[in-house]
Amino acid sequence: MDNENSENKFDTIIVGAGPAGTTAALVLAKAGLNVLLLERSSSPGSKNVFGGILYTTVLNRLVPNFWEEAPVERHIKGIKIYLVSPQNAVSIGVESEEHNQPPYNNSFTVSRAAFDKWYASKAEEAGAMLLLNTQVDDLLRVNGKVAGVKVRGEEGELYADTVILADGVNSILAEKAGLRKSYVPRQVSLGMKEIIELPRNVIEDRFGISGDEGVEIKYMAGDATKGIWGGGNIYTNQESVSLVTWLALDPLIKSKRKSTELFEQFKAHPFVKNYIKGGKTVEYQAHLAPDGGYDDTPRYFTDGLVIAGDAARFLNASLHYEGTNFAMASGEAAAKAILHARGLNDYSAKSLAYYQKLLEKSFVMKDLKRYRKMNHFAEKNPEFFGPYFDVITQAAVDYFAVKETPKRSQEWQMIKDFRKNLGKATKSRFPLLGFCWRCLKGGLSFL
Amino acid sequence: MKIDDKLALDLFHVDKQAHLQIKPEICRKCPHKACTYVCPVENYTINGEDVVLSWEGCLECGTCRIVCDQGSLTWDYPQGGYGILYRLG
Repeated sequence: MDNENSENKFDTIIVGAGPAGTTAALVLAKAGLNVLLLERSSSPGSKNVFGGILYTTVLNRLVPNFWEEAPVERHIKGIKIYLVSPQNAVSIGVESEEHNQPPYNNSFTVSRAAFDKWYASKAEEAGAMLLLNTQVDDLLRVNGKVAGVKVRGEEGELYADTVILADGVNSILAEKAGLRKSYVPRQVSLGMKEIIELPRNVIEDRFGISGDEGVEIKYMAGDATKGIWGGGNIYTNQESVSLVTWLALDPLIKSKRKSTELFEQFKAHPFVKNYIKGGKTVEYQAHLAPDGGYDDTPRYFTDGLVIAGDAARFLNASLHYEGTNFAMASGEAAAKAILHARGLNDYSAKSLAYYQKLLEKSFVMKDLKRYRKMNHFAEKNPEFFGPYFDVITQAAVDYFAVKETPKRSQEWQMIKDFRKNLGKATKSRFPLLGFCWRCLKGGLSFL
Repeated sequence: MKIDDKLALDLFHVDKQAHLQIKPEICRKCPHKACTYVCPVENYTINGEDVVLSWEGCLECGTCRIVCDQGSLTWDYPQGGYGILYRLG
């Protein structure tokens, strides 16, 4: 108890200087609190991996026109989505000139090592204290309430009125706090990523962009992941592309395939390889992403403690795949909840429950709820991402086939073949009906 | 591209002390040995009936921690400042 009154006592200790923790530190420091931001790496961001796009609605509110000083790579002007089979591909694209204007649709490619370091420096400017190279091993409790953290090494025990856990998807501390159990495979995806250097002019020519414009290329499962629920992405940076594959862990385990081989097969896929040819890989990364959505969310608070970002499993695992935005929004909400509790001079769970209220009101929980069925659908319909993609892309290729057959008969033939191929692709007794039903269900859960 | 070549591109500050440990006698009886194919850096390899762990190239993703359901693995983060240091994350 003595330590509680020593110089080791802070208003708030935040574990993890990623987007969630740094946002909370920034908001609390601005409000005049004595904030300690702990980071286990020697530089913020150097343990962090993300898909490739920083979503910035929250950031642009907290640091207006941040892109004028933050180390961003490119703003995302458009997206192209691929369904691929071994031979064929169907793609759909969206791009907008509006996205070339501020705030650039709030989508930027960044290098997290550079961005997180810059962002943490903004929290420091606001008055937060950043302590690097600091591994937090446990939570400290006083009278059952979380009252600080236990740090490996000489810092020892650090006390605070409240602690925010923003220590990422593998938050062992969230488990120790009793807010969630250890993960089972269906609750996470494995992401692997290479940074591949290419000359700036090659990137611009190849992806049809100029200046600071960027694009995202997205592959929906299918042959890109050999039928495993997951996908792939290519993001353009200034002078490199980020190539990502992510695989839901449960089907990956069941497939008995090697993750590293699946990644290499993705890179060599006929509809991927041309985007990266001639490039030089300069870094290899891997990270887990929280999957499972709303139905696997943990408890978000307890006496003296709230959790934010990936540690709280905040990721919109859908077509949108917004993680950084969820991280920043939850970090801000965590900070606001702590300020609310401070106003009441009560840091109990009852008081911090305000965090849950803020989350429920924000897009974070609304979007998590919106996509809650998607993972269930993916789990229950594995054939959707393998054989069905083959049939769909084949039909599209047949439609555009050039022959001396009149187009009307060619179309009939296409429909006949489509039905025949569906029959081969599924065990369903009514292949077409089953397919339509699944498309409807899948469409509703995805869109 | 081989995994060793990829890891040669990454920057590590390797600790003297292992942050991952397995109990070989449990691994030997493991019915699936899933760590040997899901690990994104192939840290776990099979040598005869044994699983061999080399933790130095660990990217701290935590996948092995989730797939090991036999109680063989002790998983911890390396001490502060050690382990993988991404330059371009």
